[in-house]
Amino acid sequence: MNAHAPLPVPPAPARGLGLHLGRLGHGFGAKRVLDRIDLDIPAGQFVAIVGKSGCGKSTLLRLVAGLDTPTAGHIAFDGPRDDAAIRIMFQEPRLLPWERVLANVEVGLPASVKGEERHSRARAILAEVGLAERAGEWPAVLSGGQRQRVALARALASGPRLLAFDEPLGALDALTRIEMQGLVERIWQEQRFTALFVTHDVSEALALADRVILIDAGQTGGHVALDLAVDLPRPRRRGSAELAALEGRILDTLFSS
Amino acid sequence: MSLVDRSTRLNAASQGAEKTRPAGKGRLAALETSLAGWVLPILLVALWEYLARLGIIASNVLPAPSAIAEAGWAALKSGELVRNMGVSTLRAFAGLFVGGVIGLAFGIANGLSELSHRYTDTTLQMIRNVPHLALIPLVILWFGIEEEAKLFLVALGVFFPIYINTLHGVRTVDPQLIEMGRVYGMSPLTLFRRVVLPGALPSIFVGLRFALGIMWLTLIVAETIAASSGLGYMAMQAREFLLVDVVVLAILIYALLGKLADVLTRWLEGLCLQWHPAFQAKRD
Ligand SMILES: Nc1ncnc2c1ncn2[C@@H]1O[C@H](COP(=O)(O)OP(=O)(O)O)[C@@H](O)[C@H]1O
Ligand SMILES: [Mg+2]
Repeated sequence: MNAHAPLPVPPAPARGLGLHLGRLGHGFGAKRVLDRIDLDIPAGQFVAIVGKSGCGKSTLLRLVAGLDTPTAGHIAFDGPRDDAAIRIMFQEPRLLPWERVLANVEVGLPASVKGEERHSRARAILAEVGLAERAGEWPAVLSGGQRQRVALARALASGPRLLAFDEPLGALDALTRIEMQGLVERIWQEQRFTALFVTHDVSEALALADRVILIDAGQTGGHVALDLAVDLPRPRRRGSAELAALEGRILDTLFSS
Repeated sequence: MSLVDRSTRLNAASQGAEKTRPAGKGRLAALETSLAGWVLPILLVALWEYLARLGIIASNVLPAPSAIAEAGWAALKSGELVRNMGVSTLRAFAGLFVGGVIGLAFGIANGLSELSHRYTDTTLQMIRNVPHLALIPLVILWFGIEEEAKLFLVALGVFFPIYINTLHGVRTVDPQLIEMGRVYGMSPLTLFRRVVLPGALPSIFVGLRFALGIMWLTLIVAETIAASSGLGYMAMQAREFLLVDVVVLAILIYALLGKLADVLTRWLEGLCLQWHPAFQAKRD
């Protein structure tokens, strides 16, 4: 983990939220979706979660974000988790079409921020994702990538300590996707939240994450099939031999089961 | 970082290009499009006037447009027309308001609460199967020909389109947006105000448009059968005195009021649904 090469900006102290999953399991009725997941994720770590479709990745994120209650096991956080501590970003931007871009970002601010400060804070975050001049537009006129950047700004607005991403770049074209990966990486380096990043793209996982977790849907539900540390300097060069080797390992495990 | 910056600039550039559209040539074409719809009606009215003057259309069947305009002018001067129009408009909107508010309330309640839906929807659907105009004899027995009768009939008529469309709108609000609201800690009231209601609004407007049609229709029938003032009453009285021009005038004014209400709704819709891609395209 400490093998990082010098970064363009020195990493801020981790203010992420560490979490521990103990024998976590979940089912819908008789259907077992997750089975005995044990994971310790330190504060500020960037964890990518990969796995075949339907193996329970989204379910895992929903449990962590508190959208569903696990049917077995437990989730513990290092510290209090208030309303604004955990945010989730979905595959779809899920912006309110009837509110302007700025108001959409303000949705992410805690209620304690009032009046003019809501606008200025939202504007600052919008500038962070490179959309400052689109603040007054309707979401409908933005491109898919821009909408997803607004959704990212909204997720960041409260300064979350844990950010769960559910295939947020899955619906974007390849070039926009690379661009967004750079943005996510940069913001993570600045803000040092704990990132849980679900993706079906193994190379994307390797480009971004400190650690890649492979979930495999077994007979009794999804379990951790591989837990791989990625100790490579950032920004990572696409197509490097090290990344290719790791990718091969993950894909082998993925298809051997 | 630089990639992001560059793409924003690129986007800004392409937006600029969109705005500088060639002007001038489009002006004439636009004028032609907006006037095209009026050509045929104007020709028809001219033909009507011509045939009436020739005596081919008898004046006791259909008076000439100029005769109707004269009758309109006379009624306007005496103040009778304005008074009757006022009475009818007030009735129409009072009924729309009462029926609309009740329909909206039930639509929202049944859209949000499964319990409320279970207990009231079947009953409301049953009432729907009774054509409300069939109630006129009963309504006259209950209320006579007073204002309550018209208010009741119009309110009953507009209730259903508003109820059904509000219910549909509330129930089909994108569940993903509702989940998003929950993730971001919106209170139930905020969730309703910022997500459910705006999401249901396009559908509510569809209901309103239907309701307007039913509103005028109900009022025309009710005023023609049982009233002592209003446009329908004016037309019926004119019929007794064989004043065909006034009868036609009343019909034309009904059409005008209907059109006016429609324009008003469109304007309101455009104002409330600015965000909607369909309305953005229209405004360009
Ligand atoms: N609300 C639900 N009710 C019943 N089954 C569900 C529900 N949500 C997900 N599932 C099932 O759980 C499994 C895992 O789903 P999900 O976590 O969405 O997978 P992934 O995100 O890895 O593609 C799937 O088989 C899916 O059909
Ligand atoms: Mg999923």
